[in-house]
Amino acid sequence: MKLTKEQVEKIAQLARLKLTDEELERYAGQLTDILTYVEVIKELDTTGVPETSQVTGLMNVTRKDEARGGGKLVPSGASSSYVQGPLPDELLECSPLEKVDHQIRIKRIM
Amino acid sequence: MDLNWLSIVEAHRGLKEKKFSSEDLLNACLAQVKKGKYLNNFITVVEESARARAREVDAKLARGEEIGILEGIPAGIKDLFATKGVRTTAASRMLENFVPPYDSTAAGRLKEAGYVLFGKTNLDEFACGASTEHSYFGPSLNPWNKACVAGGSSGGSASAVAAGQSFFALGTDTGGSIRQPASLCGCVGLKVTYGRVSRFGVIAMASSWDTIGPLTRTVEDAAYVMNCIAGHDPYDSTTPEVAVPDYTVHLSEGVKGLRIGVPKEYFGEGVDEEVRQIVMAAIKEYEKMGATVKEVSLPMTKYGVAVYYVTMPTELSTNLARFDGIRFGHKPEGKEGVEDLTEYYKTSRGEGFGQEIKRRVMVGTFVSSAGYADAYYKQAQRARTLIIKDFKQAFEEVDVLMAPVSPTPAFKVGEKTDNPLAMYLGDALSIPPSAAGVPALSLPCGFTKGGLPVGLQIIGPQWSESLILQAAAAYEQATEWHKMRPEL
Repeated sequence: MKLTKEQVEKIAQLARLKLTDEELERYAGQLTDILTYVEVIKELDTTGVPETSQVTGLMNVTRKDEARGGGKLVPSGASSSYVQGPLPDELLECSPLEKVDHQIRIKRIM
Repeated sequence: MDLNWLSIVEAHRGLKEKKFSSEDLLNACLAQVKKGKYLNNFITVVEESARARAREVDAKLARGEEIGILEGIPAGIKDLFATKGVRTTAASRMLENFVPPYDSTAAGRLKEAGYVLFGKTNLDEFACGASTEHSYFGPSLNPWNKACVAGGSSGGSASAVAAGQSFFALGTDTGGSIRQPASLCGCVGLKVTYGRVSRFGVIAMASSWDTIGPLTRTVEDAAYVMNCIAGHDPYDSTTPEVAVPDYTVHLSEGVKGLRIGVPKEYFGEGVDEEVRQIVMAAIKEYEKMGATVKEVSLPMTKYGVAVYYVTMPTELSTNLARFDGIRFGHKPEGKEGVEDLTEYYKTSRGEGFGQEIKRRVMVGTFVSSAGYADAYYKQAQRARTLIIKDFKQAFEEVDVLMAPVSPTPAFKVGEKTDNPLAMYLGDALSIPPSAAGVPALSLPCGFTKGGLPVGLQIIGPQWSESLILQAAAAYEQATEWHKMRPEL
């Protein structure tokens, strides 16, 4: 599979990555090498072979639909003890952007 | 006495007998970190909080209270584990300033067990790489030869443990990221059965492959860390409720009657001759100890790298979609033309991610895109099923498999950075067990003539960590490799 610079540009757009011209050139070559290599799997006859998407054998693991965190005591995951879950404002603090009235201010969408 | 070189078990005994304090242990680690600063194993060191924690344990000891095995033991963990209040970067510019408001389950369990967290260890950005050269904070070096890489992605963890800077470390292993650096640096590294240790709070790479495990200087120490971190977690729905045994109980039971399989594909083309000889000599040692050895075949081995480099980038590109520079991540500064949200995303991600991440995200985006998903992604998932079948068949005949971890010893810094595919091919022997979700351990088993460590890979069926540790302990007790120390 040979990728052109234009195709790489399209992939980068899909992946929301801004790339320089120099990067586009370099990735066209490197992605072509990688895709050419992985094409070895095409020689395998996999007729009737199911796809593996996970290896635990677990199915439909569910839990009660109840809010966690919010400063409430929640299971620590570590033992039977309880810890205080993160507060909404603590989570907002993870954002590098300006916070206004407990919300993150972002760039215009349209 | 070089306190920093003690095993966890020895350090614990000394604490209980009041031969030294937890703060002494911490000081010894910090001094060794300073001495080996050029190794670049730590992204962050948190001396103050570590000292406070160590003093709490010392106060407890002074009051004559009992302490647990990991209590007061200083350690660094891979900078991919969320640690409450301690910066967690994933070695990426994207998370350069991220301070998590909660603990990952594994770090939380260690905290409850009383360990002394003193630093976050270096890795390839978002755990993508086999050399730590893809870290935004620069590569970690090999303590046996500073011209060589530490391996990766848990390179900082492995180098720190092997260099006597940390009593143990946590790492993550998706396609070899614990075992390969453990092999290249000369320490014990255990990749667990998928689902054995909770991934909650560990920044995700490829979710159906990611596992978490210990890096230690002895097999017994690895068993003790496992006792602490293994088990079901309500926060990680991929952790089955399989009972957690005491991993230390069978360690001295030997390997008499153990059936060892030697997969011929793991000794073929591309495997360094010295590595082959050293690993074969180790397997001979097992025969002397009463194990039986037979050749087996895992014919799917040659497809492992291709299966991995299709499915992993797909899962990676999905996981990393959350890094948008809004909820967290890199904020581009003073950029002209970043007017709307799409342009903001692209700029944040274009600047925040390093070369290898961008490469993999694009591979993953392409192979899972409309028109290509069946030929690449779905075919790889079907091939993964066949890899699992390989292992199932092999484990009908033998108890464990033994092979090299890495086809070569540590390579030179810079040797493979311009050739990503060459770097990927180095994962050929560590990927298949990851694909099958089975546990595997890297055990020091010798040195090349050039003085670089070589690791023996012991692979077992799902949930067989106890057996793998037992087999590893038998060899460790019969040999002296684990006592070798690099000169910093």
